[in-house]
Amino acid sequence: MSWIDGRFEENLIITTLEQATNWGRQSSVWPMTFGLACCAIEMMAVGAPRFDLDRFGAGAFRATPRQADLMIVAGTVTYKMASRVRRLYEQMPDPKYVIAMGACTIGGGPYFKWGYHVVKGVDLVVPVDVYVPGCPPRPEALLEGIMRIQDKIRAKRLAKDKPDVLPVPHHTGRVRLPEVAAS
Amino acid sequence: MTVEEVYQYLCELLGEDRILGLEAGARDPFVIVAPESIAVVADVLKNDSRLSFDHLCDLCGVDWRAVPERKVACQEPRVEVVYQLYSFTHRHRLTVKAKLPRWRDETEKTLPEIPTVSGVWAIADWHEREAYDLVGIRFIGHPDLRRILCAEDWVGHPLRKDYEFPLEYHGIRGR
Repeated sequence: MSWIDGRFEENLIITTLEQATNWGRQSSVWPMTFGLACCAIEMMAVGAPRFDLDRFGAGAFRATPRQADLMIVAGTVTYKMASRVRRLYEQMPDPKYVIAMGACTIGGGPYFKWGYHVVKGVDLVVPVDVYVPGCPPRPEALLEGIMRIQDKIRAKRLAKDKPDVLPVPHHTGRVRLPEVAAS
Repeated sequence: MTVEEVYQYLCELLGEDRILGLEAGARDPFVIVAPESIAVVADVLKNDSRLSFDHLCDLCGVDWRAVPERKVACQEPRVEVVYQLYSFTHRHRLTVKAKLPRWRDETEKTLPEIPTVSGVWAIADWHEREAYDLVGIRFIGHPDLRRILCAEDWVGHPLRKDYEFPLEYHGIRGR
């Protein structure tokens, strides 16, 4: 918007409505206080000062789904719990996002073969936006997942027929192998 | 008292038709009790002053199913109820087992039955509900024999060796 830049006095900021709402939403992703198993311990570590989820504006864990934007499904989802997970998801206001955290939530994990009581992936129950693999994932991995959620929020377009364009993550997690000198 | 002494004492009190035997060679020696008289035996075990097993550490069900291709298959298919007892007054412990058929009726798949001991040790209430839920043993006289871990409308008893995994549960794909 270069044609409008520099035409006003100082302390006046020009932006688009879309950018402003997306900025507001991505900077205050409130997750739901919702831990099912051991992954929840790692999620608490993410909320604690060492990893400090508050840096991304996502540290305000809400105790009710009606105030939450993000559901971090942290832990094994059993069939008995699945209907409750679904209900909590439906109680969240739009726009809502779901992170499947850990191997159990992604696809059953160690309970895939013999776990008679485990849902083989929470995406059979609720739509999942970001999968964070690991058993349990490192706190950094969950932070990365929350940043991908923020990417998704930032890509949201308000206009009717404009498709959401997801940005390519600025780092993909792929480690570049060091070059080995030929001997 | 050692397990052998407890076994001798129980045989004197209750007779050979109630106390079926002693497995002294096992790593953890145990006394085998006739399942229909387990409530009487439990009452004696708790209230006799020389025994006074006042603490039921654990009650669990075990499914022994003959698997031909396995080497460690047991010869007689059965369901066992295992009682782990401890006496705080005398500081001795005892393992009691009761052997049941896997099904009371093989064709109709009705559950095997054993009298409850929840009137003797109150903690047995939940333990028996768990054994009923997972292994499928019906405890006669239990005050509230419902499933404790699985959902109320669950089909089957998951820790049975011939348990069939559900294909779907309330619309959620299972396998």
